[in-house]
Amino acid sequence: MSIFVDKSTRLLVQGITGRDGSFHTRQMIAYGTPVVAGVTPGKGGQKFEERVPIFDTVAEAVAATGANTSVIYVPARFAADAVFEAADAGVKLVVCISEGVPVLDMTRVWPFLAERGVRLIGPNCPGIISPGAAKVGIIPGNICASGPVGVVSRSGTLTYEVVFQLTRAGLGQTTCVGIGGDPIIGTNFIDCLDAFEADPATRAVVMIGEIGGTDEQSAAEFVKQKMKKPVVGFIAGQTAPPGRRMGHAGAIISGSSGTATEKIAAFERAGIAVMKRPADVVSLVKPKL
Amino acid sequence: MNIHEYQARELLARAGIAVPPGIVATTAAEAKRAMERLGVPKVVVKAQVHAGGRGKAGGVKLAATPEQAERFASQILGMKIKGLTVTKVLVVPATDIASEAYVGVIVDRVTHSPVFMVSPAGGIDIEEVAAKTPEKIFKTTVDARYGLLPHQAMALAFRLYRDLGQVRQAADILQKLYRAFVDAGASLAEINPLVVTPKGEVVALDAKIAVDDNELERRPAIEALRDVAAENPMEVQAREANLTYIKLDGNVGCCVNGAGLAMATMDLVKYYGGDPANFLDIGGSSNPEKVVTALKIITADANVKAILFNIFGGITRCDDVANGIVAATKQFKVDRPLVIRLTGTNEAEAVKILEGVGMRALTDMDAAVEQAVKLAKGGAAA
Repeated sequence: MSIFVDKSTRLLVQGITGRDGSFHTRQMIAYGTPVVAGVTPGKGGQKFEERVPIFDTVAEAVAATGANTSVIYVPARFAADAVFEAADAGVKLVVCISEGVPVLDMTRVWPFLAERGVRLIGPNCPGIISPGAAKVGIIPGNICASGPVGVVSRSGTLTYEVVFQLTRAGLGQTTCVGIGGDPIIGTNFIDCLDAFEADPATRAVVMIGEIGGTDEQSAAEFVKQKMKKPVVGFIAGQTAPPGRRMGHAGAIISGSSGTATEKIAAFERAGIAVMKRPADVVSLVKPKL
Repeated sequence: MNIHEYQARELLARAGIAVPPGIVATTAAEAKRAMERLGVPKVVVKAQVHAGGRGKAGGVKLAATPEQAERFASQILGMKIKGLTVTKVLVVPATDIASEAYVGVIVDRVTHSPVFMVSPAGGIDIEEVAAKTPEKIFKTTVDARYGLLPHQAMALAFRLYRDLGQVRQAADILQKLYRAFVDAGASLAEINPLVVTPKGEVVALDAKIAVDDNELERRPAIEALRDVAAENPMEVQAREANLTYIKLDGNVGCCVNGAGLAMATMDLVKYYGGDPANFLDIGGSSNPEKVVTALKIITADANVKAILFNIFGGITRCDDVANGIVAATKQFKVDRPLVIRLTGTNEAEAVKILEGVGMRALTDMDAAVEQAVKLAKGGAAA
């Protein structure tokens, strides 16, 4: 079992012929993900690598293939419209990898999706993988293994680091979700925690947060109130200076609530076991399984 | 991206908001002439710098004569505020003030929307108002698809003023401020203070706009407002190479792929008793040239005693990074010890490239950080 993506995923790739889109589509297919369609305006009727049909519009792709999930690799300035298009075509899960999406675009996307019951993961995220079932995005498949741990993170390579440590220690994952490092994202920690709590195969959850915003604090409150499964947490950015944007658009401390200290304290109050460094993940997760 | 107060005032004026005239000066003599041209009895000379707390740092002065304006300008120009050198001052007429309010709009993470904040207690730091007297701050969430609706603007304006004429003026300013905010691709736009003059006019005295970096590609006119001279030169060089670099005060130089891992690496340096010299993210798709620039930037910091590479290859290929390190050592002398940790995509190729020039790569993050900290403290490599 897993959350959000699994063997029933029928994936369509927006921007399938682009540099990143084509590279990662090959990787997703090699992993065994059912990639049923691609969209690149003007290339409708062609095939990607002689197997995946390409369409001019998402609506055509959905009508012809029954795609239920979309992954977006288009340049940032077109990303918001790509999300609108997928939602308009009836896709219920949209994963936006594109980095650099203007935040004002996201303020318009958010209510549009909420009204239609569409789940967005990202933008500016590595995507989602349910090891052994489906890989949607760019998380390297070879560092994951299937097992009982759910992973949710705002980061990309830091997630790989933690997942790799888990896998090397024989602790596989149900699903790893990278929710993205932007200030406004579609799916947040609580959405993932809620799904992991409901997923019978997940027995423990690892949550990787960072400085900026208050999502980790809200997530900690959710863990305290609603979760029975054990949660292990990490916060990156303890040495980050206030007022500076640390790479991720959302990773900026403004006021006291966005600091690592505040977030770690919130985790501890909620009974979340806090990793002092990424390597601690194994020793903290293992006894909880 | 931050823009200066005088640039923010210009954007507001272009949106139709009443802003008193102001003249930018880069020399003391220019400041003197500015006051003469304004022809007013008193002016305020204000440092134009991307840092808060200008007043407390002595960067804002009231002058009663052109000579005094000149003297204050000569004191302020060249002054350092929070590490940034002041190269420009803004000379504006001193305004008689009947009341001071705060109005601002930000992108709010929690509601996923622009949120307006207004307060009749303006003129001071709004975070201070929020902390001490939160009941004096009023908020309205905007549906970005429709913008700030007229009745929302009126409701906010009624929180600021009793006089209907002033309420209407303020409501008009709020709508124009929202338009300026959207047109600039801003993440924050504020007027603090918004003042009422003795004649009853509502006027914007100070303006601040922060632009979302992700908007710059489609807004060249806003990008053109960037004042490179007001930024840290190393950070400018990094940005031009598509790297994210932030200088810190420690001595372990860090070069990492990915922002989260970069932060976690800095934290781990601290965990092992060291201090990171910088945040540096080489980004997703690596090319060797980027790594060369990264090493140039890190070695330009004289505090750096050891350099740590932490690469988890995904899209980033470890062999690209290794080639970049080798290329850098051929182009210039890297005179500080390097500790290299690589794992993931094309790791084996990378190890071969490094071993070819007598360098060694580690695969474990903790081991690498520990060693870099030790070297920075003057110890020998393990």
